[in-house]
Amino acid sequence: MTLPEGDDARRTADAVARRSYGKLVAFLAARTRDVTAAEDALSEAFASALADWPVNGCPRNPEGWLLTVARRKLIDGVRRRQTGDVVSAQLQILSEGLEDAAEQAERDMELPDKRLALLFACAHPAIEAGIRAPLMLQVVLGLDGEKIASAFLVSPAAMRKRLSRAKEKIQQAGIPFSVPDRQELPERLDTVLSAIYAGFAEGWTDPSGTDAIRRDLTDEAIFLARLVVELLPQEAEALGLLALMLYAEARRSARRNAAGEYVPLAEQDPTLWNATMIDEAESLLLQASKLEAIGRYQLEAALQSAHTCRRIKGRNNWAEVVQLYDALGTLTDSPVVAINRALAIAEVDGPEAARDALRDIAADERITQYQPYWAARAELLSKTGAYDEAHQAYDMAIGLERDPVVREFLQKRQASLKRH
Amino acid sequence: MQYLLLLHSNEAGWAQLTPEQQEQGAAAYMAYGEALRKAGVFLGSNRLRPSANATTVRIVNGKTQVLDGPYVDSKEQVGGYYLIDVKDLDAALSWAARCPGASHGVIEVRPVWQMS
Repeated sequence: MTLPEGDDARRTADAVARRSYGKLVAFLAARTRDVTAAEDALSEAFASALADWPVNGCPRNPEGWLLTVARRKLIDGVRRRQTGDVVSAQLQILSEGLEDAAEQAERDMELPDKRLALLFACAHPAIEAGIRAPLMLQVVLGLDGEKIASAFLVSPAAMRKRLSRAKEKIQQAGIPFSVPDRQELPERLDTVLSAIYAGFAEGWTDPSGTDAIRRDLTDEAIFLARLVVELLPQEAEALGLLALMLYAEARRSARRNAAGEYVPLAEQDPTLWNATMIDEAESLLLQASKLEAIGRYQLEAALQSAHTCRRIKGRNNWAEVVQLYDALGTLTDSPVVAINRALAIAEVDGPEAARDALRDIAADERITQYQPYWAARAELLSKTGAYDEAHQAYDMAIGLERDPVVREFLQKRQASLKRH
Repeated sequence: MQYLLLLHSNEAGWAQLTPEQQEQGAAAYMAYGEALRKAGVFLGSNRLRPSANATTVRIVNGKTQVLDGPYVDSKEQVGGYYLIDVKDLDAALSWAARCPGASHGVIEVRPVWQMS
């Protein structure tokens, strides 16, 4: 056997971590529902791997190797923490099944994939909505707490506390590690998908893609969506979500010009878009539509498709876009949808009609601190010649923006008002 | 809860900007202050003169000692602050991220010790 360099061992460990982390956590935690213990055992197993593999060579079946070591650590952990009857009960739970599975995995047999059950546990309605996406990213993908905290703009200490509280809840409240039955599935799947989308949205807010943490987050969200699609290929909304995220991701690099300035969708160069991702998104959307179960993600993906199509083929399809927003509005009651609908109305019926549409949502408290609302308002006001009001609206948009490049873009728009 | 957002940045940075960039930078801070006020979270704010204008005072062995310059001699200095009143740390962090200072320096978010 050739002895691989330390680097090789690390690369193999990284690759296994990426591919199998969630699978191993899911498997280790499925019986006890103790996610923290499973994670601890697995991270010890990875540490052992990094010490062992460079010396003894990478095992033929790294996943099985890790599972065996992690299982041993898990049992050691229970022995250390508990005493008496509790320990024997827990050990019995652990040794049943785990042993067989570890042996199976070592014999190159496929480890049963319980990641879907793990995703459903992380996004269970009993878990606080805001922590579901971070929890999935950590438990299924192994992202560390600090990275997640930065991406979600939360203090690392608070994020650690929330994550551990959520994991405790999974165990204490008896949240099941199972895929809901057909009746419950649509609703429960929706919470899984919306947590994945929340992760993607956090990553998307860095248009320059210079912040590696945020960029990675969109990749991770796409990875999770692919996983759901792979495990539930007949779910139209899962296909829709993956399509939606691929459309958006395809435009990432076009959001900046050579000078590093922000480029809005209407001014982007479609040749810079990732055609492979767009093709994949189109075919996913088509596949979803054949399942005849329309939902918000498919509608949002259809909107992305319409915008993409308009720019590539130069076809005016704004009326169709307004219709899609109408449909989406009835499904979601989201102020974000209402803002985008107003901007589309401006293209069809003119800025006055759009301004009226926007006025209807101004009462919604959620939007007063939402930058896109003020940017949209400013743009519509300037089109109707209300320059002073437009100027004030731009001030709000600028004050609420956190990306310096977008802020500069808005300032330029605001400055161009003066020329009127 | 009240939070003090302390803006730390490289003092030499401002002088390196073109007048146009300075104007744009100042306007961004104005807009930020406006957004804080409209959101009803603004309590107070000031920009500080450069740390070269700072003087430190302490009493050592019963004698006053007065020194020119800032307490910590570093390239990064406190250049201003915002005092805000928001629901929790998450809200304070989200306002800190919107501060123009976050993209050319560091915003330190400190909860105020409220006296009841």
